[in-house]
Amino acid sequence: MENRIEILLDKYSHSRRDSLIPILQDIQEEVGYLSEEAIILVGKHLEMPTSKIYGLATFYNQFRFEPKGTFHIQVCHGTACHMLGAVSIIDFIEKRLKIKAGQTSRNGKYSLEVVPCIGACSQSPVISINGEYHSKLTAERIKQILIDLIGE
Amino acid sequence: MQFNIEVNNRIIEVRKGETILSALFRNGIKVPTLCNMKDLSPTGACRICVVEVEGKENLVTSCSYPVEESMKIKTHSPRVVKARKTLVELLLSNHPDDCLYCERNGCCELQDLAIDLNIRERRISGKKSRHKLDLSSPSIVRDPAKCILCGRCVRVCDEIQSVSTLDFLNRGNKTIIGTAMARDLNFSSCINCGRCVMVCPTGALHEHSYLDEVLDSLNNSSLQVVVQYGPAVTVSLAEEFGIKSGKDITGVINAALRKIGFTHIFDTAFAADLAVMETVEVIMQKLETGEGFPIISSCCPAWVKYAEQFYPEVLSYLSTCKSPQQMLGSIIKSYYAPQQNINPNAIYSVAIMPCLAKKFEAQREEMTHKAISDVDVVITTRELSRLIKMYGIDIHNIEPQTSDTPFGARSSAGKLFGTSGGTAEAILRTLHHRITGKELNSLKLQDLRSVSGIKEIPIKIGGKVFKVVLANGLTGIEKLMEGIQNKSIDAHFVEIMACPGGCVNGGGQPFKSGEKDIRARIRSLYEVDEVDNIKASHKNPLINELYENFLEKPGSDKAKQQLHTCYTKRDVLL
Repeated sequence: MENRIEILLDKYSHSRRDSLIPILQDIQEEVGYLSEEAIILVGKHLEMPTSKIYGLATFYNQFRFEPKGTFHIQVCHGTACHMLGAVSIIDFIEKRLKIKAGQTSRNGKYSLEVVPCIGACSQSPVISINGEYHSKLTAERIKQILIDLIGE
Repeated sequence: MQFNIEVNNRIIEVRKGETILSALFRNGIKVPTLCNMKDLSPTGACRICVVEVEGKENLVTSCSYPVEESMKIKTHSPRVVKARKTLVELLLSNHPDDCLYCERNGCCELQDLAIDLNIRERRISGKKSRHKLDLSSPSIVRDPAKCILCGRCVRVCDEIQSVSTLDFLNRGNKTIIGTAMARDLNFSSCINCGRCVMVCPTGALHEHSYLDEVLDSLNNSSLQVVVQYGPAVTVSLAEEFGIKSGKDITGVINAALRKIGFTHIFDTAFAADLAVMETVEVIMQKLETGEGFPIISSCCPAWVKYAEQFYPEVLSYLSTCKSPQQMLGSIIKSYYAPQQNINPNAIYSVAIMPCLAKKFEAQREEMTHKAISDVDVVITTRELSRLIKMYGIDIHNIEPQTSDTPFGARSSAGKLFGTSGGTAEAILRTLHHRITGKELNSLKLQDLRSVSGIKEIPIKIGGKVFKVVLANGLTGIEKLMEGIQNKSIDAHFVEIMACPGGCVNGGGQPFKSGEKDIRARIRSLYEVDEVDNIKASHKNPLINELYENFLEKPGSDKAKQQLHTCYTKRDVLL
């Protein structure tokens, strides 16, 4: 992985701090997440402290610090979804999968991400599992979806 | 360029380009702030410094707003005061309610502001922020629940100390101050200097206190509790008791420590003399071949950790001499204990230091002999004042006493270790004697005093030039390190202090002290030097006695075993 990141950084050989976000986006695109090694390499490349890179990356929802699971669950937390119970959906999934938003389960199977708005407000509350949308969720439906996903 | 503005119906003169706040301060108009710090970039984070500017719809943060010609400002109009009060109430809405138990109770800027604004009830109640207390570091405790996100620690760590351990993590109401990868402080690049603790307006960053351990050992009759105090402590403690800033109260401290029950009281400045003797020996050996220069001081533990992390390439230049604290700790257990027929295990060695990094240093593996720590615990000047108050000692009415032999007498050169430039001055006095056989004409090396930033200073010794570089604080240290690595700086001795001003301005010193107090402390150290009879380390009779009875001579195998060490690269997230 280190190699892939180094090749990627070569493209930014004359870049300065203002390229930080595009670099991080490229790395996430390439590797799927921002690993500790990646942050160290970027820090060396841009001569920036890792604390500043980590600080910036945690500011944005788009960056993740653990690899995605086999099943990547995105829960919409836009205004409409929020009004119709996104918080309790997040709570439920977190408890059921025993992971917090932004984390990946230990077996690497499931990961959970809270995203600002998926853009399907009329269908809210919405989640997406590996790009497949589940809309107008109720407590019953989300329960069933998780049973289908992981079994009883 | 200067022009006038109107503040509270009064005309004041301001300079173009300065902020409203700095103009107000210069003209003696007080506006409260929780995030502003002199010489650091303004952020407008706390918004407490808001003022009303005629013609502007919203209140403006005076710390980040530049003055404009013919401005009309109100600093305490009803609207402004109400806004400030609401801002503080909002800060308090999720703040823990444990002021009575807080480390900063009585010296908390948020508390002071709440009192000033007459906030007497919790009008706004928010969800309390729940965060884990970070106790991992031996020096600094991080309590994010008390953090008001002013960002002072972030700026001081980055802009003054060049360390950048801390930054804002996450966003919105989830924002906290943290380290890279949200690690605990002990696993981060923190150098334990404690500058962040000194600037924190609340109890979110405070020292890791070891007072309970000291009290337990004092109450344990099978232990002999030995204590040493650093040179900067004696000129700083007075402020905690309302005595004039900078007054040297060594004798009073001796008497108080004896009353508290410490069995042996030693002065770390004695060990500073020892460090001078050893360092001079190292310099003499290198002067013979002319190689291996520069020698970089290693008495500041924060700087040592900085070097281990950021510039492992220069570690070979670091003086192998331990810091005075550790030298004294080492000889207390290896020489003094057997001499007094005490089992070293039955000695509890306490050091009182103006520093938080010293707490870390005492726990280093390099600072142990046969799994016994040379110094068991380090407390700060602030903790000492608490200890004295706890024991009900009235230091205004106590007869000064002397410290104990054999490590009680010091030269005033050893005392100078407490300020930036002092270490170099002490070393040069003895080095001059070693090289020429004569004392310096004037022992006062004015060039080494009150240096700001990083400066090269050539000193003439016996017809030859000895080049000294002083780094008063870590600001701009990168350039110095590069210069040393590519040999563009050909110094003989480099003294580096992590805190601007040196130990007198350390992270363990009284809160609420300003630049004036720090200057008073420095002046006081030089005054001690002025009136002292023994002004150079090699003239300290007890040092010579110690070499005769135990260490043989500077640089002997025994001295190397007890007083020297070496440092290795430290792997942390930079």
